Amino acid sequence: MRLTAKPLLLSLAVLVVTVLLGLTIGPAGLPLRGVLVEIANQVPFVDLDGGLDERDAAVLWQLRAPRVVLAMLVGGMLAIAGAGYQGVFRNPLADPYLLGVAAGAGLGATFAIVSGSDRGLLPVTAFVGGLMGVAATYVLGRSAGGRSANSLILAGVAVAAFFTAVQTYVNQRNSDSLREVYGWILGRLLTAGWGEVLTVLPYVAVATIVIFGHRRLLDVLSVGQDEAGSLGVPAARVRLLVVLAATLGTAAAVAVSGLIGFVGIVVPHIIRMLTGTSYRIILPLSALLGAAFLVGADLAARTLISPGELPVGVLTAFIGAPFFTLVLRSSRRSW
Amino acid sequence: MNALTVTGLEVTLLGRRVLADVDLTVPAGSWVTVVGPNGAGKSTLLRAIAGAVDYTGGIGFDGGSLDQLRSRERARTVAFVPQAPTRPDGMSVLDYVLLGRTPYVPYFGVESPRDIAVAEELLETLELRELAERPVTSLSGGEFQRAVLARALAQQAPLLLLDEPTSALDLGHAQHVLELVDHLRVDRGLTVISALHDLTTAGQFAERLVLLVDGAVVAEGEVEAVLTEELISRHYDASVRVVHDPHGGVVVVPVRERAVRRPGVSSGA
Repeated sequence: MRLTAKPLLLSLAVLVVTVLLGLTIGPAGLPLRGVLVEIANQVPFVDLDGGLDERDAAVLWQLRAPRVVLAMLVGGMLAIAGAGYQGVFRNPLADPYLLGVAAGAGLGATFAIVSGSDRGLLPVTAFVGGLMGVAATYVLGRSAGGRSANSLILAGVAVAAFFTAVQTYVNQRNSDSLREVYGWILGRLLTAGWGEVLTVLPYVAVATIVIFGHRRLLDVLSVGQDEAGSLGVPAARVRLLVVLAATLGTAAAVAVSGLIGFVGIVVPHIIRMLTGTSYRIILPLSALLGAAFLVGADLAARTLISPGELPVGVLTAFIGAPFFTLVLRSSRRSW
Repeated sequence: MNALTVTGLEVTLLGRRVLADVDLTVPAGSWVTVVGPNGAGKSTLLRAIAGAVDYTGGIGFDGGSLDQLRSRERARTVAFVPQAPTRPDGMSVLDYVLLGRTPYVPYFGVESPRDIAVAEELLETLELRELAERPVTSLSGGEFQRAVLARALAQQAPLLLLDEPTSALDLGHAQHVLELVDHLRVDRGLTVISALHDLTTAGQFAERLVLLVDGAVVAEGEVEAVLTEELISRHYDASVRVVHDPHGGVVVVPVRERAVRRPGVSSGA
């Protein structure tokens, strides 16, 4: 099944609209026209009049734009990673936080916060923790059940339980920093300039390219490991590469955004139910709509109780769960 | 000329030796059917040849060895139709047949126009043209079996393995599919190895039979030499009558052993 122009253009339009909303709405409202002119002026050799004044331009380029771009990268990455996991494990419940990524990253972040070190270190410890969680899951899964997919998922459950227990213990010993750890776990997209964007960009780029490269092989895997093997697919290698890429991208996203749930499981499923089951459709649309979804959720998170701010992870579940239920009810396709 | 040569094949699954020292030669362009009681290792033998299970021993084809081939190369040489193929949700018949082109598609790539042409041609051959855009989950048993066959043929492999290709089909559809396989075999010069539990069907369609019992070959040769009342009753623990069809082939009929039921009547007299 090929991706046709209609759903692609529709998804692109949704993304463009949410991005423009995200850029213009906020405590300091920016005029849409001015924002469009500012964006157009970024194109070489274009120099239009009617842009924003200096203060508004600073709000746009130093506050809004980095945050919106970060939301796009994190949302798109979580959705692609989710689709990738669901494909290699042939399991509808597979999500980017499977395999101990979330628990490991949470433990890493907890250590950074509890130790009172420089906050700039938090993404690094969260990233390292996430990778350690996955490494532990992989070693445990291999030793337990060889090449079966389920043994890997079960190992992830065990590792997550263990890491979470350690994290709970550390938190209980340091109750004064509990609030901050909790805030991180709920997910937030706070940016200070373009630093976070530049931090995650290389990981998101590599992970996306690798997962996209496997779009056809993920379709072949839908007949199961044995049949895929007889069709010439090295199933174990495909699984390893996709899982590694998805995990690397997820760990990078978690490191700068905390744990934002629901995107990786809801977005690919909605696309699957509305358009088709081929990963050639699911992956590109997941990238676009995952990005749009998180930009929209973040917009709601920072405007609903303005000047306060809701954790975006709460919003993604709050918007995502009912919407998902609606689509699930109206779609008769079983997984 | 022999196409396939299996020597000293051994397979151990979960600590149980499923195949022990199997030797087998299959002439090029012929149809050999493996028969045997449940659990004899028929499927495992086919899966070993397809490279789907680990084995020791040697499997050679057309002068070369299959043992060290990468999965891609192997899939260009051996096409395997499993007993109960998965029906992927939401996949169209055309896309399903295109799966068979996997060994020709680059690792990160998608199908070329040539791959699509091969699939289109097979849809025509197997009378699936009308069904091309239908999801495979909506096909009847006979239609899906043709789609699976088309997928296997899309691999353009000279060796075709069929594991119980008729187990989900009624009498008419079973005959139709097997006739189709025979026709394609002659047409494309394929070597076919099938596993069948139905002895009469096996006796009608195969040129040679291999009787596999407890992971070892106990008889091999022409249909008449393998399907004998003596061999079947011994290895299947069944009582049968073998009838030679005047139109050719052998018919195996299960019969009830009356003598055992009536102890008063002497059967030997």
